[in-house]
Amino acid sequence: MLEAFEAAAPSSGLDPYVPLVALFVLAAAFAVFSVAAAPLVGPRRYNKAKLDAYECGIEPSPQPIVGGGRMPVAYYLTAMLFILFDIEMVFLYPFAVTSDQLGFFGVVEIVLFIATVGFAYAYVWRRGGLDWN
Amino acid sequence: MQEQFLAQAQQQVNAPDIAYGAIAPVLIVLGFACLSVLVEAFVAKERRWGLQIGVAAAAIVLAGASLAAFISSNDAAGGPTGKTGVTTLAGAVSVDKPALFLWGTLLALGVLALLLIADRTVGGDMQTEVFPLFLFALGGMMVFCAANNLLTMFIALEVLSLPLYLMCGLARKRRLISQEAAVKYFLLGAFASAFFLYGLALLYGYAGSVKLADIATAAVGTDRSDTLLFGGLGLLVVGLLFKGSVGPFHTWTPDVYQGAPTSVTAFMAACTKVAAFGGILRVLTVAFQSTQWEWRGVLWGVAIASMAIGAIFGLTQTDVKRMIAYSSVAHAGFLLVGAIAMNTDGLSSTLFYLLAYGFTTIASFGVISLVRSGSGEATDLSQWAGLAKRSPLLAGVFTFLLLALAGIPLTSGFIGKFVVFSAALRDGMAPLVVIALVFSAVAAFFYLRVVVLMYFSEPAEDGPTVSVPGAFTTVAITLGTFVTLLLGVLPGFVLNWASSGGFLS
Amino acid sequence: MTHTLLAAEGALPAAGVAQSAWLLLALPLFGAAVLLLGGKATNKWGHLLGCATVILAFVYGLTLFLSTTSLKAADRIQELHLFSWIPVDSLSIDFGLRLDPLSLTFVLLITGVGSLIHVYSIGYMSHDTDRRKFFAYLNLFVAAMLLLVLGNGFVTLYFGWEGVGLASYLLIAFWQHKPAAATAAKKAFLMNRVGDVGLAVAIFLMWANLGTTQYTEVFAKIGTLDGGTVLAISLLLLLGACGKSGQFPLQAWLPDAMEGPTPVSALIHAATMVTAGVYLIARSNPIYDLTADGRLVVTIIGTVTLLIGCVIGCAYDDIKKVLAYSTVSQIGYMILGVGLGPVGYALGITHLLTHGFFKAGLFLGAGSVMHGMNDEVDMRQYGGLAKKMPITFATFGLGYLALIGFPFLSGFYSKDAIIEAAFGQEGWRGWVFGGAAMLGVALTAFYMTRLMLMTFFGEQRWKNLKSSDGRDYHPHESPAVMTVPMIILAVGSVFAGFLLTNGNFLANWLEPSLGELKEAGHPPLPAAAMTALSLGLMVVGVGLAWLFVGRKPVPVTKPERVSWVVRAARADLYGNKLNETLFAKPGEALTKGLVIADDKAVDGTVTGIAGALAFLSSRLRRTQTGFVRSYALTMLGGSVLVVAALLMVRFS
Repeated sequence: MLEAFEAAAPSSGLDPYVPLVALFVLAAAFAVFSVAAAPLVGPRRYNKAKLDAYECGIEPSPQPIVGGGRMPVAYYLTAMLFILFDIEMVFLYPFAVTSDQLGFFGVVEIVLFIATVGFAYAYVWRRGGLDWN
Repeated sequence: MQEQFLAQAQQQVNAPDIAYGAIAPVLIVLGFACLSVLVEAFVAKERRWGLQIGVAAAAIVLAGASLAAFISSNDAAGGPTGKTGVTTLAGAVSVDKPALFLWGTLLALGVLALLLIADRTVGGDMQTEVFPLFLFALGGMMVFCAANNLLTMFIALEVLSLPLYLMCGLARKRRLISQEAAVKYFLLGAFASAFFLYGLALLYGYAGSVKLADIATAAVGTDRSDTLLFGGLGLLVVGLLFKGSVGPFHTWTPDVYQGAPTSVTAFMAACTKVAAFGGILRVLTVAFQSTQWEWRGVLWGVAIASMAIGAIFGLTQTDVKRMIAYSSVAHAGFLLVGAIAMNTDGLSSTLFYLLAYGFTTIASFGVISLVRSGSGEATDLSQWAGLAKRSPLLAGVFTFLLLALAGIPLTSGFIGKFVVFSAALRDGMAPLVVIALVFSAVAAFFYLRVVVLMYFSEPAEDGPTVSVPGAFTTVAITLGTFVTLLLGVLPGFVLNWASSGGFLS
Repeated sequence: MTHTLLAAEGALPAAGVAQSAWLLLALPLFGAAVLLLGGKATNKWGHLLGCATVILAFVYGLTLFLSTTSLKAADRIQELHLFSWIPVDSLSIDFGLRLDPLSLTFVLLITGVGSLIHVYSIGYMSHDTDRRKFFAYLNLFVAAMLLLVLGNGFVTLYFGWEGVGLASYLLIAFWQHKPAAATAAKKAFLMNRVGDVGLAVAIFLMWANLGTTQYTEVFAKIGTLDGGTVLAISLLLLLGACGKSGQFPLQAWLPDAMEGPTPVSALIHAATMVTAGVYLIARSNPIYDLTADGRLVVTIIGTVTLLIGCVIGCAYDDIKKVLAYSTVSQIGYMILGVGLGPVGYALGITHLLTHGFFKAGLFLGAGSVMHGMNDEVDMRQYGGLAKKMPITFATFGLGYLALIGFPFLSGFYSKDAIIEAAFGQEGWRGWVFGGAAMLGVALTAFYMTRLMLMTFFGEQRWKNLKSSDGRDYHPHESPAVMTVPMIILAVGSVFAGFLLTNGNFLANWLEPSLGELKEAGHPPLPAAAMTALSLGLMVVGVGLAWLFVGRKPVPVTKPERVSWVVRAARADLYGNKLNETLFAKPGEALTKGLVIADDKAVDGTVTGIAGALAFLSSRLRRTQTGFVRSYALTMLGGSVLVVAALLMVRFS
């Protein structure tokens, strides 16, 4: 791919990284534009949820009464586990698409991968990581 | 571009050849680590501790046996000196002579560390999770030493680091300081990993490959941008130096050494250093030998900084574990002196130094774990005053180990320094050697301070007690001390092995 | 390969008796190991084992010596290969022993004097609960010292060098409950390290330039180096010698080391270890032969030290410290001797041997006096002890006469030879070095006579005094186990000089190791005149001491021309005062000046650096804030520096 990229660069002596710089500039311009445009063109209907720092369901203040003002740790644990299995899925999709080309070797590899994640799953499950209460 | 990509994808992917015999030690360690996770999951709590020790011990013993088997078959295969080794997994892992030496070192040090971790009689008492974590870390270190491309190296770096972060936080008695250490190590470690990864990206941009050998080829006579090469090298090296606790990237070391459970500190201090310098040696030798005249001066500076920081900061430490931490920073500087002497002597002497330093360090931490007061380990130096009067044997052993760290003859530390410095001299780095000698003299002062304190001070009223060590700790300390003495008197065998061959790219 | 190399240098593989030379190291090492590991179980017989190993080593050494004398002169250098010590690639260091006239001479000195002092220690340490440990350390010392002189390369020598340093440290601090002893041990250790660095760097230089550290190969190849490197090596070796031998500017530790038990002072800090520097320079004679500048520095150091030692020796009241400064000064003579090059190597070694006898005897005598005087060392508390301790007095007296160069005793032969050789130097050097050495004779006579007078003659001042622990003094002669070694050493003090120099016996014997003893150039005075002059100066020194310290009766030969000095000395009232103002005060002032120079300039530099580092460290440790953010910032800063430096190196 890199070779292709280099080949595509004009040979007139222009640095091959000029397009990269252009990309950065465009990205920055887009970000600034979006932030600046929103209050100008958007409707102004505020409510409580709108003013939250993140729309992820946690009230930053006041803190929950249970647990000494902190969220239960199990919440974060579950979130982490979700990410773990999310990543597993991310691997499974490309494997499924190319399983023909990968052949038997690919199957063995993906089984090993699933087994490894399975060990972790077994550990979390047996040690109570999935018990919400 | 897309067509090109698709065209590539349609070809049948061939499975790479795998030399199972060569990588068996790693597979065994990592396989047993998975087994160890299952033990955590399915075995009842009261039976876990003993079983986990068995699993970990079996892993190391089997890995050692397979390593020995491979070495003997490898030696038998080649000419009089044996084959140089094999490169396997599509060139991702290179099992060559230095890698074999480092694996042997790691497994041997792993046995000692495991003994310390497994001893519950003197307040080791960690969660049983420490064993799978230990095995994963060990496996990661082994891959790290043998990784032949930067991506494999990065994965190995994470595999060895993440368990270590967790292990630091496992102390049950001194919970807060232990967890603080874990978080600090994790945050700074992530920071350093980022450096490594940025460096990797820049080098890929430079060479179009992450293989060490390809980078070396690219660095010889191309008109590509040297900014990418040296920027990448700098960031990559920073990530590696962090793991080896080389100053000024050492800042985590004292806090983490102090906070982590002592047996974990022992493991970390000895084995991480072996792995990190194994990686540094391989990267510098295989990928960057041709550009050494550009980067060597900079690493001179880093080595000097590390020796100075270790020696000077160590002078006023009041905590034994922090003192040993700064000592390890100074030692990292000495090791770097050997690592940048780009000749075969530099390689073999650094390998020897790593082995010698590892044994001495683990034994030292074993001793430290025995000196306790009511609230736990008595690591404050003032509590060590007059210890020799109360338990002369322990003080004697610790004195010997400190002398080894200071590099006094009859100890492995002396031979290690001697071979490293003579390799550096041979490579024309006389000024650096003189500076190193000066700083080793300064560092000797703080080791002797502890000796003087133990022997010539009146014991404190409420001084610590020395607990009777369990069998495991006794064995670990005895072995470590014995090897320190043995390598000081008869280093020939190990030196021969260390100099049996170079890297295979 | 090795064989041919050895043969080229005239060293043969050891044969016959010499093949068991490892016994020399193994015996005392075995003793030390048994005594240290055996613990209290060996308390009863430990001291006997300690003596036995050293005596056996002496007997073996004697056998070896006799068997070597029967060889042809050319065959007297033998090497015994023991094992490969550090073999790695091109760096290969063999552990072997070099048995040649020089090392055998030292073996006899070390084991011979060592045996006597071991025996003496049985009596001297009889009241000490840790006597066993003491013997273990002594054995350890003997083993290390033998390794130092027997090793066949500089690394082996360094190994022994550090070993004797360790033993010395342990023994100085043997009474570690005394703060002074602990401090002295530390001081000795630290100052020795300064010298050790010199030696280590010299070895590195040899290795870097010659690729070897074995004597035979270094000496064979040293001629191929350029003058600057040879000079550097010779000066660095000299620095090592200065540390171990208490030479200027590293002499300050030696007097303090007298805090150790007296047998230690006799064995380590007078007869053997402190002469290691002389051995080192004599052993390295092929290196020094090549560099006249290096030799010049050696002679200057020797001369300065011998004067410093003499002058300071005049001012101390502590009997062991006077002897210690005397040792400093006498080693100055030896260094001066070996610094003269081919005309002086053998002379330095001769003086080293005779000095070994009489100074060990003197120290043992001092120990015997202290043993009878509740361990008091202040000579002002002594007086009139001659009658109470006749044997000690006699042996001490003979040692004293030998030291000041009384005709036909040991020191007379060995010291005068050095003075004559010094005078024989070209031009100003002859006058300066010879004159200084000559002046040293007078000063030596002065301070030693003062010591004799204050200790053994005059009023029995101790009768009206009590020792610091409140006991009365009951001086008595020491037991036979102590006096017999003293007697043997006294006999040595009397005859050794004559026997060694008669017909150039020692010089001829050492020739295979040190080369032929050359005649000194053309001394400005005939030899007889120089002998007369030095005898005259000796008499002057003795006379002055008598005048100032002997007090009564003052020999009034010419009362009509009495000077105010003598008149004042007659008047008992201010005799002492005058004594002090006229001689002691200036002497003291000079001494103090030297001590201050020593403390401020020399010690100050050492402690100053340590202090500066500690200060720096205590400031810097505040950067360990414990905050991850500042740690990360440090790392970031370091990374920016590394990357920037890399790019700068590349693009500048």
